Amino acid sequence: MASKVIHALYTDDDLLMQAVRQVREARYRIGEIYTPFPVHGLDKAMGLAPTRLAITSFIYGIIGLLVSIAMMNFIMIEDWPMDIGGKPSFSFLQNMPAFVPIMFELTVFFAAHLMVFTFFMRSKLWPFKNAENPDVRTTDDHFLMEVVLGNHDAEELTDFLFKTGASEIKLIDNK
Amino acid sequence: MYTLSSKLKLFSIILMVVGLLGLVYGFIAAPDSIEDVKEIIASHGGHGEEHVPITGQAEDHLEDDAKGFDFVPSEHEINTERTDEHTSIKAGDDHEQEHLEHVLHQLQNKPWAALYVAAFFFFMIALGVLAFYAVQYAAQAGWSPVLFRVMEGITAYLLPGSIIVFVILALSGLHLNHLFVWMDPEVVEHDEIIRNKSGYLNVPFFLIRAAIYIAGWNLFRYLMRRNSLRQDDATDNRWFKKNFKLAAGFLVFFIVTESMMSWDWIMSLDPHWFSTLFGWYVFSSMFVSGITVIALVTIYLKSRNYLPFVNDSHIHDLAKFMFGISIFWTYLWFSQFMLIWYSNIPEEVTYFVSRIEDYGLVFFGMVALNFIFPLLLLMNSDFKRVNWFVVMTGIIILLGHYLDVYVMVMPATVGESWFIGIPELSGLAFFGGLFIFVVFNSLTKVPLLAKRNPFMKESEHYHY
Repeated sequence: MASKVIHALYTDDDLLMQAVRQVREARYRIGEIYTPFPVHGLDKAMGLAPTRLAITSFIYGIIGLLVSIAMMNFIMIEDWPMDIGGKPSFSFLQNMPAFVPIMFELTVFFAAHLMVFTFFMRSKLWPFKNAENPDVRTTDDHFLMEVVLGNHDAEELTDFLFKTGASEIKLIDNK
Repeated sequence: MYTLSSKLKLFSIILMVVGLLGLVYGFIAAPDSIEDVKEIIASHGGHGEEHVPITGQAEDHLEDDAKGFDFVPSEHEINTERTDEHTSIKAGDDHEQEHLEHVLHQLQNKPWAALYVAAFFFFMIALGVLAFYAVQYAAQAGWSPVLFRVMEGITAYLLPGSIIVFVILALSGLHLNHLFVWMDPEVVEHDEIIRNKSGYLNVPFFLIRAAIYIAGWNLFRYLMRRNSLRQDDATDNRWFKKNFKLAAGFLVFFIVTESMMSWDWIMSLDPHWFSTLFGWYVFSSMFVSGITVIALVTIYLKSRNYLPFVNDSHIHDLAKFMFGISIFWTYLWFSQFMLIWYSNIPEEVTYFVSRIEDYGLVFFGMVALNFIFPLLLLMNSDFKRVNWFVVMTGIIILLGHYLDVYVMVMPATVGESWFIGIPELSGLAFFGGLFIFVVFNSLTKVPLLAKRNPFMKESEHYHY
C-alpha cells in the first residue's frame, strides 16, 4: 500500500516555524523537515524528544577512565613493577599522579570518539550512503516540510498548507 | 528596591557577635609561656606522647621501613636520633625545651592564623566577584547585566574586607604575631635563603605593595560602581563606555596585582618555597568562590521575589561557570602538585610533604569537595537549573575553598598543631556575618535592576 505525503516548501525559517506550529495545532502529522541549516527551536516546535547523546558520552568517558586505570595498573604495577627514576610502583595510588594525564586523555578520547560514532550510527550516516534529499533546493535556501496525508482529504490539506505560507506544494507517492 | 529583612540583619549581627566572642576566647586561650604548653600537652594525654622523642620516632621509622616507603632520613638525622637514645638527661631536656618552644609558637599563631584565613577568604570572594564583573563588562556579555547590581552589592565588601586584611598584615609587620617568618629579624639573620630575598620581602615594601593593590582595587570598584549608577540617569551611553574601558584597565591591573598579592600574602608564609603558577591558582580559587556567591545571593534574592527579571537560564549560566572554573581550579591544583611530586626536588617538595603528612584528610578532602562534587552534581544541564542543586553545590564549593585557603596558610603558621576548633569557626562566623551584613546592606541602596545598560533588554530576555 502506497502511503502519500505532501511536500510543502517554504522560503523562510520564521515562516517554517510558524507553519510547524499551525500544522501541529491542526493535528496533522509531520513526517520530516529538511532545512539547509539548523533552525533554532525547530525540534521543540516539532515536539521531538531530547537527545540522549550526552548521556552515552558520559558512559563512554567512564569506560575510557576504567580502561586507562586497568591498563596502567596491569602494566606498571602488577605485571612488571620496575623502579623507573625512583617512582613508587608499589601500588596504583602511590604512583597515580603520573598516570592522571593518560587517564584524562583516554577519558576524553573515548567520550568524544564513541559519541561521534554513536551519532553516525543513530543518524545512519556513512560514506557512500545515498543522499535522502527530496529536493536539492533544501540544501541551499528552501525549507521542506513533509506532511503525512493519511486519511485526510488532499485538497483540504493543500489549502491549509497554502494558508500557512508554503510557496510550493506537491503530492508525493511514497515508495 | 530591596529592603534588608530584620531577620537577616539579626542573623548577621548574631554571627558577628558570636564570632567575635569566639575570636577573643581564641586569643585568651592561646598559651603565653612554655608552662602553659606543658599543661596543654599533659591535658591531651596521648597527644603528648607522640611528640616525646625516642620511642615514638623510633617506631615511626620501623613502620616506614616495613611499609616500604622510600623515605631515607639523612645521616644527620639518624645521628641525632641515635644519640638521643643514649643521651644524658640534660640533652634530652634541651631537646624537649626546643620542642615545647616550637609548639608554643604554633599555638600562639593559631588564633591569628584563624583570623587571617577567614579574613582573606571573604575578602577574596569580593575581589573574585569584582573580577567577574569586570570580565562581564569587558566581554560585553549579553546575559549578565541583570545581575550587575547583585555583583556590585557583593563587591561592597571589598573595602572593609581589604582594610581588615591590611590591618592584620600591618600587625604582623609590627611583630604582634609570627604569621610571616621572614618578618622576624632573628630568623632572617640566621637564614641565608630569606636574607637573599629580603630585597622583596621586607616589611615596609610589603606594606607599601599591599596598600597599592588595595587602593587600586577599591578605586576601580568605586569608579565602576559610580559609572554604573550614573548610566541609570544618563541620556547616552557615555558612562557605559567609560565602564567598558575601566573594566579592561582593571583586568590588566588586577592580573598583575593579584599575582603579586598571592606571592606576598600567601606564598611568603613559606618563604623557602616558590611556585610559578601560584598566582593563577589563587586566582582560580577566588574566581570560583566569587561566582558561587553571586549564584547564591541571586537565588536567595529571587526566592524572595526581588529579582523577577532573572530566569533559570541566568542561574544555568552561573552554574556553568561554577562547574567550569571548578575544573579550572582542579587543573591548576593538579598541575602544581604533579609537577612538584614528579620531580621531587627537596626544596620544593617539602611544601606538599608537610601538607600530606599533617593535613592529609583536609588536603585531599578539599580536592574532592572542589572537584568531584561540582563535576558530578553540575554536569547535567537540567540540574544546573534546579535552584536547590545549585545552592547545595555552591555551599560545598565555598566550604572546599575555605579549606583550600586553610591548607595554604595553616601548615606554614601552626604546622601540626592545627585543629578546626573555636578560633577557626569563630573567624568564619565573624567574617561571614560581616560579609552578609555589608553585602545585603549595600543591596538596599539602589534598585536591583540597572536601568539603561545597552545590553539590558537582551539580558532580560536571555534564554538558553
